[in-house]
Amino acid sequence: MMSALTDLTIAEAGSLLTKGEISAVDLADAHIAAMEAEAELNAFITPTPERAREMAAAADASRARGEAGLLNGIPLAAKDLFCTEGILTTAGSHILQGFEPVYESTVSENLWQAGAVLLGKTNLDEFAMGSSNVTSHYGPVKNPWGRAVGRDLVPGGSSGGSAAAVAARIALGAVGTDTGGSIRQPAAFSGIVGMKPTYGRCSRWGIVAFASSLDQAGPLTRTVQDAAIMLRAMASHDPKDSTSVDRSVPDYEAALTGDVRGLRVGVPAEYRLDGMPAEIEALWQQGITWMRDAGAEIVEVSLPLTKYALPCYYIVAPAEASSNLARYDGMRFGLRVDGADLTDTYESTRAAGFGAEVKRRVMIGTYVLSAGYYDAYYLKAQKVRSRIGEDFEAAFGRCDVLLTPTAPSAAFTIGERQDDPILMYLNDVFTVPANLAGLPGISVPAGLDREGLPLGLQIIGRAFDEETMFRAAGVLETAADFTAKPPAL
Amino acid sequence: MALDKADVLHIARLARIRVAAEDLEGIASDLNHIIDWVEQLGEVETDTTAPMTSVVQMALKTRDDVVGDGGYADKVLANAPETADGFFVVPKVIE
Amino acid sequence: MTGAALIKGHTGDWEVVIGLEVHAHVVSESKLFSAAATTFGAAPNSQVSLVDAAMPGMLPVINMHCVRQAVRTGLGLNAKINLHSVFDRKNYFYPDLPQGYQISQFKQPVVGEGVVVIDMPSGEPREIGIERLHLEQDAGKSLHDQHSTKSYIDLNRAGVALMEIVSKPDMRSADEAAAYLTKMRSILRYLGTCDGNMQEGSMRADVNVSVRRPGTALGTRCEIKNVNSIRFVRQAIEVESWRQVEILEDGGSIDQETRLFDPDKGETRAMRSKEESHDYRYFPDPDLLPLEFDQSFVDDLRAGLPELPDAKKARFVSEYALSEYDAGVLVVERETAAYYEAVVDGEGAGCDPKLAANWVISELFGRLNREGKTIAESPVSATQLSGLIKLVEDDTISGRIAKDVFAQMFETGTDAAAIVAAKGLKQITDSGAIEAAVEKVIQASPEQAVQFREGNQKVAGWFVGQVMKATQGKANPKLVNEILKKKLGG
Repeated sequence: MMSALTDLTIAEAGSLLTKGEISAVDLADAHIAAMEAEAELNAFITPTPERAREMAAAADASRARGEAGLLNGIPLAAKDLFCTEGILTTAGSHILQGFEPVYESTVSENLWQAGAVLLGKTNLDEFAMGSSNVTSHYGPVKNPWGRAVGRDLVPGGSSGGSAAAVAARIALGAVGTDTGGSIRQPAAFSGIVGMKPTYGRCSRWGIVAFASSLDQAGPLTRTVQDAAIMLRAMASHDPKDSTSVDRSVPDYEAALTGDVRGLRVGVPAEYRLDGMPAEIEALWQQGITWMRDAGAEIVEVSLPLTKYALPCYYIVAPAEASSNLARYDGMRFGLRVDGADLTDTYESTRAAGFGAEVKRRVMIGTYVLSAGYYDAYYLKAQKVRSRIGEDFEAAFGRCDVLLTPTAPSAAFTIGERQDDPILMYLNDVFTVPANLAGLPGISVPAGLDREGLPLGLQIIGRAFDEETMFRAAGVLETAADFTAKPPAL
Repeated sequence: MALDKADVLHIARLARIRVAAEDLEGIASDLNHIIDWVEQLGEVETDTTAPMTSVVQMALKTRDDVVGDGGYADKVLANAPETADGFFVVPKVIE
Repeated sequence: MTGAALIKGHTGDWEVVIGLEVHAHVVSESKLFSAAATTFGAAPNSQVSLVDAAMPGMLPVINMHCVRQAVRTGLGLNAKINLHSVFDRKNYFYPDLPQGYQISQFKQPVVGEGVVVIDMPSGEPREIGIERLHLEQDAGKSLHDQHSTKSYIDLNRAGVALMEIVSKPDMRSADEAAAYLTKMRSILRYLGTCDGNMQEGSMRADVNVSVRRPGTALGTRCEIKNVNSIRFVRQAIEVESWRQVEILEDGGSIDQETRLFDPDKGETRAMRSKEESHDYRYFPDPDLLPLEFDQSFVDDLRAGLPELPDAKKARFVSEYALSEYDAGVLVVERETAAYYEAVVDGEGAGCDPKLAANWVISELFGRLNREGKTIAESPVSATQLSGLIKLVEDDTISGRIAKDVFAQMFETGTDAAAIVAAKGLKQITDSGAIEAAVEKVIQASPEQAVQFREGNQKVAGWFVGQVMKATQGKANPKLVNEILKKKLGG
């Protein structure tokens, strides 16, 4: 019974709960057991089994009163970047040692309001800065697919713990955040669905900020339908976030019609990178064929500045981060390392509290904003960013969605690509452009590489047109019929 | 222009991150590697392009002038490393 | 030409060049980017939201009232209003700056160039240029005296909206700087955009001072931070300009630096902690969008502006025939001007405007100052004062008696007419009664009568005094004079 419960989709679990065939407490218990059994993945920084049982009992009670929300009784994991009231929130960093927020992020609050159950706070790259979940102060997360090849693989990052938890059947779904691909890339590495909404669709209030103009919360699930269900619960207009958009939240699930006849699917020529593995190219071609076979019109489009998206991102994101992370100074919360004087305390605290990658990005960000370099780097990058946005606009004049690979490779071994930061940054080459332009994107598991590791394809939509994006992703999912699972323990 | 150890030290000071003297060289090399790589943006023509100010089309959200927050010093101080009499306590600030 | 007060050094004359950055707390209920209260003097950290404390994931949302206040202030300073402006982050570390950056406006402020006319004692108006006005967050407060090695931080003030109003370096003396601040405070208070309370820190000034030989290029300036009274601004400029002159005359040079004014020692000194080369790494705050509004928003605010001091002064001069000086004194505070107008033509009031100006400026202000009271606390209402002046105007009481009556009004809050009636202070205008009194005095003083007839003016005054004494000051002095002349044939 236990394995059956953890194998459900959110839609299936919801249906069984509605029919009264299972209870939220049953579901929670099964997933708590899975969480404990899979401890070696290190997917969670803070498991919250007791909270989960309480919330599940409350969910059952409200269902009994006829007040079941959209996610009533659904056990979820939350990236430890979402502030959760009274629960340790670390951002994967030593500097937030002991930090228990006295507030709940808007997105997580929306989930609990919809009846969801919190299983725990998942591991991540420190301050979401990374693509492999190896920069966490709480150690790397193992990808459950490593068991298929007998090596310790990264789950991708930065929402690595969330991806691993969903892939390993610990949680029915998880919330992550995506600044440059941090939901979609780990979803691709872990054989699950990961979706980043349009910038402004989900509130950023209460999410530890990495790069404010790029960060966006989104779901990690096992199906496109589940992602649509979760997004509907997560999204809202939040008066507390100046960049949250005042638009009603549609029923994304209803958009999954399975019909893409006449839909114009753009294929950007510039996403064909030199040295890209043949398997990735082949999967992409397969995806194109699936969409064409389903009745979509395939359109060759051009996004000429694609190769500049990553360097652009690696100016904008660190610049914002260098400022966003200034509040971690040992004065009001978190770690303080006492020094000889105030400056010494600041410098000691931040030296001890931040890991190498965070320090590197804070320093790059500090540099590109500093006197004499601002115009050459930061201003230039924001201009390039405008042009990247214009390129997408032009492309969307000719198509309705874009189809691309999600990542240039499958999951790699923990410890690989560590010596050269740029090699690591290249993981995000296909995902970063959508963040720069604020567009919604979704990764759908589409096949296995020759070693048997999952690969994903990405659909990018127009701003606030998640519905068309979901519709295309649903068709891709059906065609790919990805049923592989990571080997169980 | 390559960063030298003195530049790294200056950046680290601005960012209030202590860097050990023996690490300066390695960090300089890392940073230079990344900066060399981002320099390629210089190839993009942007003479007539305005910098991006907001990624989605929307107006600035505003608030009415109403008091509706605060009044919970205990919560504000709850996570502080050191407090006294309702204040945050920090190393001596020199003017 | 500029009314510059030159410093006479031993090597020649020096001109002082002054620019002021005024930091004015916006009058608002809640903070610029959070809904916490702004009231002064609350328990530490009790008016702090999670946003103000810069808890992880907290985001700013702008208080539109503060924007309106800034635009109204810009209009009051005859300044250009920018329909598009941007909030930037100014990055630096300080324990009273929880975010590690201040949200401010750097490249694109909400208000651009304007001008303020200052009133100098010479009576010659001087125009001082405004460079810009921008909105920003205030920082919290650090207390240093509680502990030998620690500072205590109160964030109540953190996030309160400030307007930074930057002047051009157009002032040439401490007097001009003081007049500028006085005028600025007056305008802000008229507009109700800042209460101008320098003691509570609602208004502070950073003073930029440099010296140069007249007619030469600007010298290197020093910035004196956070001066919190007009008197201290004056003193700080005086000591700082002399400090610079002495250094230059000794062959030295001025370091551009930030200094503090120590009023106890009467000196400025360099701040000990120099912020790391002042590299604030400004960039547009990605948590906020640009601030945009249309011209009609500005026009509506303009339409709702009150009459400002300059316009009111001009009107007082033309409408009430007051002197420039009197009008200037009356319009400094909006409340005073309103009081004066109520005396002159308020409901149930009405009297001679010039007489009213004299009474308000000399008697009322004098008494209020001595008692340390504001005009709002005056025990004598505008209608009451008007009533008193009317009694003088229609000869019911003499000016001298009126002063006594005013003193009693101030003590008791009673109407002038009631005091006059109760104490029988009504002027004697019955010539029969005055004649009788004059007769008596003449009979008692034959010697003086002879002197009077011989034209001794001093004795004439003495006679008037004797008659007034005999009538307890109530005799109409004009009648007394006439009757004396008639009786003594002088």
